[in-house]
Amino acid sequence: MKIILSEQQIALTVKRLAHQILEDHLQLKDTVIIGIQPRGKHLSDRIVHELSALVTTSSIRYGKLDITFYRDDIRKELHVPNKTDIPFGIENKNVVIIDDVLYKGRTIRAALDALLDFGRPLKVGLCVLIDRRFSREFPIQADYVGTAIDTFSSQKVKVNWKEKDQEESVVLI
Amino acid sequence: MRLSTKHLLGIKDLTKEDIELILSTAAQFKDVLQRPVKKVPSLRDVTIVNLFYENSTRTRISFELAEKRLSADTINFTASGSSAAKGETLLDTVNNILSMKVDMVVMRHSASGAPHFLAKHIPAAIVNAGDGINEHPTQALLDALSMTEKFGHLEGLKVAIIGDIMHSRVALSNIYLLKKMGAEVVVAGPPTLIPKYITEAFGLKVEYDIRKALQWCDVANVLRIQLERQNQPLFSSLREYNLAYGISRKLLESLGKEITIMHPGPINRGVELDSDVADGPYSIVLNQVENGVAVRMAVLYLLANREN
Repeated sequence: MKIILSEQQIALTVKRLAHQILEDHLQLKDTVIIGIQPRGKHLSDRIVHELSALVTTSSIRYGKLDITFYRDDIRKELHVPNKTDIPFGIENKNVVIIDDVLYKGRTIRAALDALLDFGRPLKVGLCVLIDRRFSREFPIQADYVGTAIDTFSSQKVKVNWKEKDQEESVVLI
Repeated sequence: MRLSTKHLLGIKDLTKEDIELILSTAAQFKDVLQRPVKKVPSLRDVTIVNLFYENSTRTRISFELAEKRLSADTINFTASGSSAAKGETLLDTVNNILSMKVDMVVMRHSASGAPHFLAKHIPAAIVNAGDGINEHPTQALLDALSMTEKFGHLEGLKVAIIGDIMHSRVALSNIYLLKKMGAEVVVAGPPTLIPKYITEAFGLKVEYDIRKALQWCDVANVLRIQLERQNQPLFSSLREYNLAYGISRKLLESLGKEITIMHPGPINRGVELDSDVADGPYSIVLNQVENGVAVRMAVLYLLANREN
C-alpha cells in the first residue's frame, strides 16, 4: 500500500482545484457544479465549500447526479441507486462535473448521458482528484486534475474521506 | 446488494431486506419520473413480454409504462385474440415467445400458482402481475411505498384491510408484506368473505364491525368486491353490503380521527366506497397509481440484472 495524497495534500489540492475552476468561470456566473454520486460528492462538497469563500456575488448552483441507471454494465453487476438532486436548469450553462477518480472513463460517459436528460448545457468540464493515466476505454479527459498517476490495472486506488472512512487520504493498493 | 430471488412470484418469498431494497430503489425512480426526460436507458438491451390472461387496465398500463421508462423493448400478449383461444397450452405459448429471445415475463393469470409453474420450466425472470386468488406482489409494494410516503415508516402502522378478503390477492400480498415489515394488521368484512383459518395462519385480528376497524386503524385499505370470482352469493345484495360495510363520508367524519383511505382499483363506487370518499381528501388512491410505475420500474430493474 502506498500513500499518494495525505490529508494535508488533499486539502491543498482541493484549494487549487477550486481556484482553477474559478479562473475559467469568473464569479461562476453561468456555471453550475455537479458532483457524481456516491463518491464524487465528498470532493465536490469540499470544492463548493472553498468556492463559496471565494465567490461573493451570488450563491453557487450545486447539484448531485447519480448515474446508476445509465451504466453500461447492468447485466454484470447491480448497483444501488443514490439520490439525484439538481434543483436548477442546466440549459445553456457551463457545467463542471466533479468525481474522485478518473479511470476507464465509463462513469463519465454515463454521467454525460444522464446530464443531457436534464437539458442542453453550453459546455461541460470535468474535475477529478486522481487521474489514472493510460487506462481509458473512452476518449475522455479531465480539465482539472488533482494528481495524475500511472497504475497497473491490477492495482486499486482508494480515496478515503473523513465523514465516511474516518481518515482522509488517497492510497494505492 | 441484490434481491434474494430470481423471480417476483409473491411477497411470501421476499425478505425484509428485499422489500426495503425495492422501496428505496422505487423512490429513486420516482425522482426520475419528475424530470423533464422521464426515461433512463437501464434496460435498453432487455426484452419483456406482458402476458395477460386476465383483464387489466391499471396493472398492464403501469407495467408497460415502467418498461418503456426503463427503455426495455416490450411485447403485449392478451389471451383473447391469441392462440390460447385455439387451445395452446400456457407452457407452449411461453416457450414459443421465449424462443424469440425474450428476457423477462410479466404475467397475470386467473389460475393461482400459474407463474410459479412457469418459473419451474422456463429460464426467464418472471414477475407475477396477479395470479388468481393468490398474490399480487407489485400492488402490495406500491401500497407499501404509498404508506411509507404518507407516514414515514411501516413498522407499528395500524392497517385495516377491508372487504372481500377471501378472493383478494391484494389482501394476501399486503398481509405478507405488512407482517414482514412489522405493521399491525386487522382484516374486516362480512364473515362469509373472511377465510376461517386466517387468524391462525397469520396471527391477525378479525373485526366484523367496520366502525370498530376504522376507529382502530391509521390506514384503511378497502378492497373491491370481486363478483367475478364468487360462484355463489356470499352476501344478499350489493346494496346491503354497502349499508353494512360501505365507507361513506359521514362514517369517516363520525370517527373523531383522520384515517387514510386506499383502494387498489377498480372501485365499485357506491358499494365498498362512496364517491365522496374515493375522491375526498382522505383518499390516496391516485398516489397509489402514480407509485405503481416507480415500484414496477424498481422490480424490473432489480430482476433484470442476472446472467442468463
